[in-house]
Amino acid sequence: MQTFLQIIANGLMLGGLFAIVAVGLTLIFGIVKVVNFAHGEFLMVGMYLTFLLTTGLGVHPYATAVAVIPILFVLGAVTQRLLIQPLMQARDEHIQIFATVGLSTALINLALLIFGADIANTPNYGVRSQIEIGPVRILEGQLWIFLAAILLVIGLQLFLARTNTGRAIRATAQNRAAARLMGINDRFIYVLTFGIGAACVGFGSALIAPLYPTSPTIGTYFVLIAFVIVVLGGLGSIPGAFFGALIIGLVDALSGFYIGSDLREAVVFGIFLVILILKPSGLFGTRVSQSHVSP
Amino acid sequence: MLDVRNVDAGYGSTVILQDVSLRVEAGEVVTIVGANGAGKTTTLRTISGLVTPKSGGVFFEGEEISKLQPHDVVDRGITLIPEGRQLFPDMSVRENLLMGAHRRDARGVRSETLAEVLDLFPRLGERLEQHASSLSGGEQQMVAIARGMMARPRLLMFDEPSLGLAPIIVEQVFDVISKVAASGMTVLIVEQNVWHTLKAADRGYVLENGEMVLDDAAEALLRNDHVRQAYLGI
Repeated sequence: MQTFLQIIANGLMLGGLFAIVAVGLTLIFGIVKVVNFAHGEFLMVGMYLTFLLTTGLGVHPYATAVAVIPILFVLGAVTQRLLIQPLMQARDEHIQIFATVGLSTALINLALLIFGADIANTPNYGVRSQIEIGPVRILEGQLWIFLAAILLVIGLQLFLARTNTGRAIRATAQNRAAARLMGINDRFIYVLTFGIGAACVGFGSALIAPLYPTSPTIGTYFVLIAFVIVVLGGLGSIPGAFFGALIIGLVDALSGFYIGSDLREAVVFGIFLVILILKPSGLFGTRVSQSHVSP
Repeated sequence: MLDVRNVDAGYGSTVILQDVSLRVEAGEVVTIVGANGAGKTTTLRTISGLVTPKSGGVFFEGEEISKLQPHDVVDRGITLIPEGRQLFPDMSVRENLLMGAHRRDARGVRSETLAEVLDLFPRLGERLEQHASSLSGGEQQMVAIARGMMARPRLLMFDEPSLGLAPIIVEQVFDVISKVAASGMTVLIVEQNVWHTLKAADRGYVLENGEMVLDDAAEALLRNDHVRQAYLGI
């Protein structure tokens, strides 16, 4: 029983970490309708930034979020403005996907050029110390990530539901042509949303860097899992991404213990295939609304 | 107020409008009538900035607006209520109406505007928290009109407001348009429902194959032989 609870706790903590990566991905997909294959590399960039700022300035990695979040926002916004937007007129929207794959490869190789293939360990300032909660033990940093993921999800939901800008973002996603007729600058909304999605992963990277060694390919692992989560939760659904992440975290932890740690990913991607076959709209998915692209 | 001068426009290499000119003065109700495919919607889309003219220009209160982005045209005070309603399906009626007031000049006074608009559409007051997609077609058209009014536009354009609605609802829609016009709003309507529209309008233009073939007072157009034969079936 003790072991089982410990596995559940590990799964939930892992889920919180996945959630913080998946939320930005699902936001960009749901609003801009672009699958951002460079999302994991945004995480990688954020983690290197955290590493550099923490070691360079000698500050707590969490404190670097003040700089990492705005830098990632700009990275996301620039990606949309300079890479995706010029391709929006392209005859085939898959071109945008190739562009983000290209960006991903370019960022990985840029990181290899600058940092080499060695891992970079961000000083952890004690967030790797274990704390006991009832019968289970977790890392302090994992708990912060979990709480941060909850805050991020609630914050984004409130922003989208209650603010003028959030409403304009949802309106653009639901009916772009009508949004333009309401006086909404759709291009600005896309740039803003891409920036917010990247900023979310920037927030995550400041929290993740002290727990995981940073390497040029660190993003690849997280983003593949994040894609599974986004599909499981329902494309574009932020609560879906959160609960999807918890489920995948639990599946990962449970299958790692009861089936075999080598087979965790096989189980996770097996679930991915099953969802695609049985319920492609995901747990929280409604229909994927068509973007009304005007000629 | 609005001056469309010798506009050629279309999509890609397809030319739809040829040398189209029209004027709308403040306080007028003007209509463009014509058959399906004549270019009526393209005319409104050109005014809205969704289509850029290949030649000619669109002027609003003396300023050329034909090269502006759609959202800038809305900011100048021109709102288009699109064909097929185009509501935000996963938003409540209230949120749809609030989106209408996104325009800078309208946002600060949106509570007051909402109260005014609900006076005109009392039924919508009962439906504020419902999802827009759960309403009937007639109610959705009312939301679309109310949403357009939330922008507090100086020129309100309707694209086929009666399309796809039952005859009794069509009467209601035109009642509402008449009320809007009576409040002093400048209105430009595009319609295939020629009789109703000309009854509601001060002046009318007849658009055929992308060219303006007639323009006159609405009453005169109702008596015009060509209009009677081609559009009224009399």
